[in-house]
Amino acid sequence: MADPAPDHTPENGGQDYLRVPRRRWFEPSPLNKRRWRNFTRNRRAYWSLWIFLVLFGLSLFAEFLANDKPILVNYRGELRMPVFTFYAEREFGGDFPTEAPYRDIEVECLIITGGLEDCFYEPDEMIAAAEAGTIDHPDFQKGWLLWPPIPYSFDTIVDVPGVAPSPPDGNNLLGTDDTKRDVLARVIHGFRLSILFTLIVTSLASIIGIVAGAIQGFFGGWIDLVFQRILEIWSSTPSLYVIIILFAILGRSFWLLVFLTVLFGWPALVGVVRAEFLRARNFEYVRAARALGVSNRTIMFRHMLPNAMVATLTLLPFIITGTIATLASLDFLGFGLPSSAPSLGELTLQAKQNLQAPWLGFTAFFTFAIMLSLLVFIFEGVRDAFDPRKTFS
Amino acid sequence: MKTILDVQDLSVSFRQDGETTRAVKGVSFQVGDGETVALVGESGSGKSVTALSTVRLLGDSAQIEGSVRYEGEEMVRADEAKLRRVRGNDISFIFQEPMTSLNPLHTIEKQLRESIELHQGLRGAALRAQILELLDKVGIRDAESRLIAYPHQLSGGQRQRVMIAMALANGPDLLVADEPTTALDVTIQAQILELLDRLKQDMNMSMLFITHDLGIVRKIADRVCVMKDGEIVEQGRTEVIFQDPQHPYTRMLLAAESTGDPTPVPAEAPVVAEAENLKIWFPIQAGLLKRTVGHVKAVNDATFTVRAGETLGVVGESGSGKTTLALAMMKLLGSQGRILFQGREIQDFREKQMRPLRGEMQIVFQDPYGSLSPRMTVEQIIAEGLSIHAVRKPSEQRAMVAEIMAEVGLDPVTMDRYPHEFSGGQRQRVAIARAMILRPRLLVLDEPTSALDMTVQVQIVDLLRDLQRKYQLAYLFISHDLKVVRALSHKIIVMKQGDVVEAGPVDRVFDAPETDYTRELMAAALG
Repeated sequence: MADPAPDHTPENGGQDYLRVPRRRWFEPSPLNKRRWRNFTRNRRAYWSLWIFLVLFGLSLFAEFLANDKPILVNYRGELRMPVFTFYAEREFGGDFPTEAPYRDIEVECLIITGGLEDCFYEPDEMIAAAEAGTIDHPDFQKGWLLWPPIPYSFDTIVDVPGVAPSPPDGNNLLGTDDTKRDVLARVIHGFRLSILFTLIVTSLASIIGIVAGAIQGFFGGWIDLVFQRILEIWSSTPSLYVIIILFAILGRSFWLLVFLTVLFGWPALVGVVRAEFLRARNFEYVRAARALGVSNRTIMFRHMLPNAMVATLTLLPFIITGTIATLASLDFLGFGLPSSAPSLGELTLQAKQNLQAPWLGFTAFFTFAIMLSLLVFIFEGVRDAFDPRKTFS
Repeated sequence: MKTILDVQDLSVSFRQDGETTRAVKGVSFQVGDGETVALVGESGSGKSVTALSTVRLLGDSAQIEGSVRYEGEEMVRADEAKLRRVRGNDISFIFQEPMTSLNPLHTIEKQLRESIELHQGLRGAALRAQILELLDKVGIRDAESRLIAYPHQLSGGQRQRVMIAMALANGPDLLVADEPTTALDVTIQAQILELLDRLKQDMNMSMLFITHDLGIVRKIADRVCVMKDGEIVEQGRTEVIFQDPQHPYTRMLLAAESTGDPTPVPAEAPVVAEAENLKIWFPIQAGLLKRTVGHVKAVNDATFTVRAGETLGVVGESGSGKTTLALAMMKLLGSQGRILFQGREIQDFREKQMRPLRGEMQIVFQDPYGSLSPRMTVEQIIAEGLSIHAVRKPSEQRAMVAEIMAEVGLDPVTMDRYPHEFSGGQRQRVAIARAMILRPRLLVLDEPTSALDMTVQVQIVDLLRDLQRKYQLAYLFISHDLKVVRALSHKIIVMKQGDVVEAGPVDRVFDAPETDYTRELMAAALG
């Protein structure tokens, strides 16, 4: 490429370029715009992202989708939101100071009729009469309840006669499990739990892994040597036993599981990040930065980390799917979350124990298959979009 | 004379990101039997693409139009099987980079065996004899013991010889040599050219020689095609082109040579940097306890001074310790001996003590593609040093960046672009601007021109000379290109395997070299 004549002088007309360009916070840099363009060219990843975002977005509002409490209640002209607030049965004209069992026909009748005594004796007739408008009681005031599309939460016991697990029907679209809980409600809540667990664990483990790998690769020498040996010992710790033991001592909980998974998951990224940093150490622009007197931390994070990001993103899909699998397999083995938690692993276990109820197995299989495929497709696209050598036609 | 390769109206375009770039635009030329044709042009002119497209060695994104006839057979629309028969058998290639053209995990024998087995079907003792004969032919001494060597055990020149042996293995009719000597030292370059010329005579081959170096063309080619921006602007017999160039571009190429003399140094100029008995030995460690069993002596006992406004040229072949010496001067590498910078002893300074001094000693690297971070804008790259050394306000920084960009010959309007949008010469200007913005006293230039085209080289040398005059800079100028060194340096030191073999004023060393090594270097570079 021939060099143009070297006699550029600043244009005297406008010195616009001297103004500090202000990029609005939501405006991506040109590089990121290019990456986004590359990502959208991969149709599979692009649509997977949208499907996933819709599913995950919906599941974030699981309380509004599948719950055994109404979203909105109009009781004597007063609007109440039982999804958020605790209301005692008394506050609806009942007897007990405990939370109102909204799914009971009597409570429903109390709300619709404005708290009439008669609801305790013949609730069905009273509701029908209220709808028809044939009640002339001085205290009558018509109310209503707004139920979520699925009127069961993940731990609601479905109170209808029949064996458990019961097959899919109009009430329970995917049937119930062996303790008569609605499977669809459990899948929605379980999906959210799995994804949140994975996102939290993956981001924490990645941050720790990247920092650790960066330090090893950047400084090398003794730090690297000692750190590598520690890692070897650490990653050969039987993590399953530690999890079981600690759960037995401290009790099962979501956050303890997050902590333990991160504790044993972070070494996954150290290797690649370390290798990338070792390579980047001798890049000329890193040397140039050093010659400018740039501090080690700035060199690491401004000049070298972007190089390591491609390698990191390559591994990310595996870490994400691996984390989901970890949670599911712990639940499957019975060492995971508390048994009331909406867990896909537990659903799989029930499917195995109740082969006569194939809807459990099918649900578990399709949930996992769709969730993992979407995530893998998305991160494949992300990885390709970040690869500077990959060209898109 | 019979025509072996006949290229008619060849066009090559590449598709990327939905855009089509035409790299070669309607090129026509012929290569006759036993003839050497040189494709000359600067980087980006499409010479390599032209050569590679003759047997369709380009990737899938390339679209080839026109016609390429090899011994009358059409290659552009030929099927894979036919192309494979021609590739490596009738038409052979030698590439630029001897480091990466050989598989590092295979022995020399294995690399050669592959091609011979494939095309000639020889086995056993006959195969081995053939390999030995080939290695002998390309001038590898003691070929028998070299068979089991791996590429990293050979020098750059030897590797290129092995590459040539591989290319010749099947007695090709046409040898395509793509910058075969560019990555080599001048003395080795001369040997390889001689070898190629002799082999061509012996084996009655034709040669298509691609290079940017007109000196080589004059030595080796029968005919020359000058390429610019994908077109052949002029072709003809070598003597004719060199004596009577018609096209202005050819004239510019021929005239592009770094000339002139450095500005004289005022007698009272203060010493900026000084090294005394500088030694850089890398320990070789062995055994369980990492005992030091010996040293790689990268630099032995170097002593020199650089004054303000003065350039000290450091010359020598690759591996002679030039760059190591420069990095040690900058305290980017550990060393022993005294280093003085502006009268202060800095050898024992820690990194923290060095940091304020960093602004006063700067370095420009060889490769303008590797020395700029691809993910930062030019403004961020140039201003990086500013925020470390006191100037923090963004508006002030931008004003300073604009000023320095104008000074090194870049349009300040382009400061928010990324390095990949600039040409090689422009990038080197960015690297110089990054170093200059801190107003250093000492500038280390590590082969700043060797990755650039000749015409651009001339511009950069002029720029460096202007900057030196204006700011009384001290330069430590490292190069293997003696012409550039002569144009820029006041004094030079000649290095060979870590030793300073000769030192003195530039004219004395050039005109009356004292050692054989220097004489040899001069002969190869200038002769």
